[in-house]
Amino acid sequence: MRGQSDFVRSLPGDPSALSIQAGRFRRWHIDLPLLVLLVAVAFFGLVVLYSASGKELGRVLRQLVYLGISFTGLFIVAQIKVKTLKSLAPLGYVLGIFLLLMVAWVGEGSKGAQRWLNVFGLIRFQPSEIMKIAVPLTVAWYLSDKILPPKVQTLFIGLIIAILPSLFIVMQPDLGTSILIAASGLFVLWLGGIRWSFLIGGGLLAVVSAWPVWQFLLHGYQRQRIMTLFNPEDDRLGAGWNIIQSKTAIGSGGWDGKGWLNGTQSHLDFLPESHTDFIIAVLAEEFGFMGVVFLLLLYLLIIIRGAQISLAAKNIFGSLAAGSITLTFFVYVLVNMGMVSGMLPVVGVPLPLVSYGGTAMVTMFASFGVLMAISTEDTQR
Amino acid sequence: MQRYAAIKDSHSEQRLYRSRLILSLIMVIIFFGVLAYRYADLQIFQYDSFVTQSERNRVHVQPVAPKRGLIFDTNGVLLADNQPSYSLVLVKERVENLDDTLVDLQQLFDIDIKSVEKFKQRLKRRAPYQAVPLKFRLSEDEISRFAVNRYRLSGVEIKAQLVRNYPESASLTHVVGYVGRINTSDQEDLARLKSNKTNYAATDHIGKIGIERFYESTLHGEVGSQYVETNAHGRVLRVLQQEEPNPATPGADLTLHIDADIQKKIYQLMEGRRGSVVALDPHTGGVIAMVSTPSYDANPFVTGISTKDYAKLRESIDLPLFNRSLQGQYPPGSTIKPIIGLAGLHYRVVSATSNVADPGWYQLPNDDRLYRDWKKGGHSHFINLHDSLAQSCDVYFYDLAYKLGVDRIHDFSAQFGLGARTGIDSTNERSGLLPSREWKKQNKNQPWFPGETLNIGIGQGYMLATPLQLAVATATIANRGERPIPRLVKQLPETKVVHENTFSVADNYWDQIIDGMEAVVHDRVNGTARSIGRGINYRIAGKSGTAQVVGIAQGEEYDEDAITERQRDHALFVGFAPIDNPQVAVAVIIENAGGGSTHAAPVARKVFDWVLEANARKQQASDK
Repeated sequence: MRGQSDFVRSLPGDPSALSIQAGRFRRWHIDLPLLVLLVAVAFFGLVVLYSASGKELGRVLRQLVYLGISFTGLFIVAQIKVKTLKSLAPLGYVLGIFLLLMVAWVGEGSKGAQRWLNVFGLIRFQPSEIMKIAVPLTVAWYLSDKILPPKVQTLFIGLIIAILPSLFIVMQPDLGTSILIAASGLFVLWLGGIRWSFLIGGGLLAVVSAWPVWQFLLHGYQRQRIMTLFNPEDDRLGAGWNIIQSKTAIGSGGWDGKGWLNGTQSHLDFLPESHTDFIIAVLAEEFGFMGVVFLLLLYLLIIIRGAQISLAAKNIFGSLAAGSITLTFFVYVLVNMGMVSGMLPVVGVPLPLVSYGGTAMVTMFASFGVLMAISTEDTQR
Repeated sequence: MQRYAAIKDSHSEQRLYRSRLILSLIMVIIFFGVLAYRYADLQIFQYDSFVTQSERNRVHVQPVAPKRGLIFDTNGVLLADNQPSYSLVLVKERVENLDDTLVDLQQLFDIDIKSVEKFKQRLKRRAPYQAVPLKFRLSEDEISRFAVNRYRLSGVEIKAQLVRNYPESASLTHVVGYVGRINTSDQEDLARLKSNKTNYAATDHIGKIGIERFYESTLHGEVGSQYVETNAHGRVLRVLQQEEPNPATPGADLTLHIDADIQKKIYQLMEGRRGSVVALDPHTGGVIAMVSTPSYDANPFVTGISTKDYAKLRESIDLPLFNRSLQGQYPPGSTIKPIIGLAGLHYRVVSATSNVADPGWYQLPNDDRLYRDWKKGGHSHFINLHDSLAQSCDVYFYDLAYKLGVDRIHDFSAQFGLGARTGIDSTNERSGLLPSREWKKQNKNQPWFPGETLNIGIGQGYMLATPLQLAVATATIANRGERPIPRLVKQLPETKVVHENTFSVADNYWDQIIDGMEAVVHDRVNGTARSIGRGINYRIAGKSGTAQVVGIAQGEEYDEDAITERQRDHALFVGFAPIDNPQVAVAVIIENAGGGSTHAAPVARKVFDWVLEANARKQQASDK
């Protein structure tokens, strides 16, 4: 079958041409608008990374390799049927819990944290990465055959599913990841229609329980980080250094930035973790406020596309999963950009699609693979 | 009812989901708005303060050491310059493990323990992120060895700096002195002047002795500053050109009266002997040569002499570190006689024609002790002042000193600068000793005995003078009463020639004394130093001296062979030339050499020859 396009010369950007292209991608379970946005952010990220890593090409190449692996992962996940994903989710969840227990038992650590699991010396990985996908899918799976809005009992079990892995992860300790994983589960409950009365009650409970969490669950360095957030000037050379320097980097970028590769804060080593968690400060310093707004717009478009996909999903499981993945992505952006600019405590969350790092990137793209699988559920090959 | 309600209503679930999602999107947009506002606040509203903060991070003001002034001799020969040198330096903040690194470096560069200890001392007095030197004057081999091992030596660098160099050292060390690293006591000295704290911010070296010390403030210059870009570790990455620099003002160059050529010739002539030679221009007080032997090379002191080498110098019995010209206090011996003779004429105690009987000894009334003449049997039955000077008759001066008395000798000699520092522009000068009744009362708690006056009359006993003082006293005779202040450096406003102490003695008295001194050299029969008067085309007024180092007991005789070398007499000679137009006054002391006329006078003759020759050459050059 030949399409219209064989006879009509289309201009670049012509919507009809795009839709035919999109149709070709959909056959391979690829959502083209989302893919374009992801590639755009990843490319912008590479440009910033080259500067942030001190013009070290090797690191950019390694990131390219990670990106290749990530896109491959996305492609593979996108081919899985949503039904299959739904039935795999609880299995993945149980496996994840088991592996988290293993981490606590025989895990390896660095910098005082125990997060890694070494499988026969072959692969080192963080089981918490599995949970980033398994938790929202499992809560969605659990809610999908329950009456919505959920009853108290349903809600209670959903809450346990959502929060249990985070309790393990916060012990490791990895505060940022545990917050994000818990959030991904809670977003499912929120989208599933949790009643306002429960929400407000839960909110009050959270405030009341904040004190024991602060006192017993948080590690000293995490408490310190939260304290220095409010008073970074107190400890200029110690804990407050990171925040002061990143704020200085961002602020000195001004409207249009100092120019690519001209950021003094990062190139003169004032900015810590400039190629990982604090990379937004490099972007803000070199590309200015306009660069920040450009990135925020790309992120917003990704979120809007994710919302569209979730609304168009064929069943409630797909909607809940897609919506939760999209909102969790938003939380990544919010927490990272908030912490680097000194609005939120420094909890160690990377800037999605931009920060250097392998595992987190692969997981992030895999979750977009889930989105694409949901988006193209009805497409027959 | 409840059963029906339990059936899933996917349509209402969809509606519920949609409303929750739209609510979420609204929240997303609000939070993105908050994020955007936060970044706008930092990047637009607080831009100025963060840009300032960022610049303050990046740009630092660094002090720039001024170039130290050079030192030239009278003919423009360079005596002290600055040469580039490479040092191994450490920035403590950037060294991961200081002790391990030091052990590593010790093996790589063959650094001894003492140097490491000194380095640790320096480490205590440094500013944060300041590079502290560990080893100086690296060879090319050492620099390449560093390059190979650099990757594992974080915080270790090679720094190029200008280091003081003394090309003509040894012969000039006691004149020029040297600079060394600023130590704790230097810092205390510097701290007394507030301006010094900043002025020495980039300076490593400071004058320790000699001209380098005396003219430190002139030679040092004014510190400058430059803007540099530093990274978070305090490492300077580059000098920023666009910022207005404040260049350092180099120190002023100094030109000396010293003639390095003559100085060197004298040094070579004196090699192997211990002593001092000082040659002054009597008109200006300019020091033409000032040699003290043995000497030493000052260059190792600049970057820190090894403890072993320093101990060798310090413990040598020849005292090479001792500047004999300024610090050596010797009995002047017979070289004092012209002054005593002039005092005799001035106070009319004697006249040119009065005679003294000389049997070879002198005796005070009511005293058994015999004061011997150096010449057994005496000089002649009756001897006058002129002959007493020419032959250095002791008995005449015993008699004269006794007649003058200690008070008049003291007061008169003081006018020649004896017993007080000359005020030369150098360091560590000593004052010698011109004894008086008061001095003896204070220091020995004893009255003055008449016999002691006799000893002073021949420049023995308590009397002590530095070679420089003897040269100044001789120049005062050449100037007929105008005592110059000796000066090493010329052409500086503060060194205007000051004849501090001009006194008047009748002209014919000066003539009589100078005639006697002329006879010392030019009386072919009786002059003690007649040997240097041969083959000469100018006239020298001089006086030889032989100073006893150990007292000779009553009735004992001085036998040169029988006593050890260190107990032998010091040989002295003072003089000026030419007599009608004095251009140079000289004092020579050679320790334990024996007779002054045979050992010191020939040295003085050479100095006269060289100086007059050089002056004649200069005169010729300026005539053309």
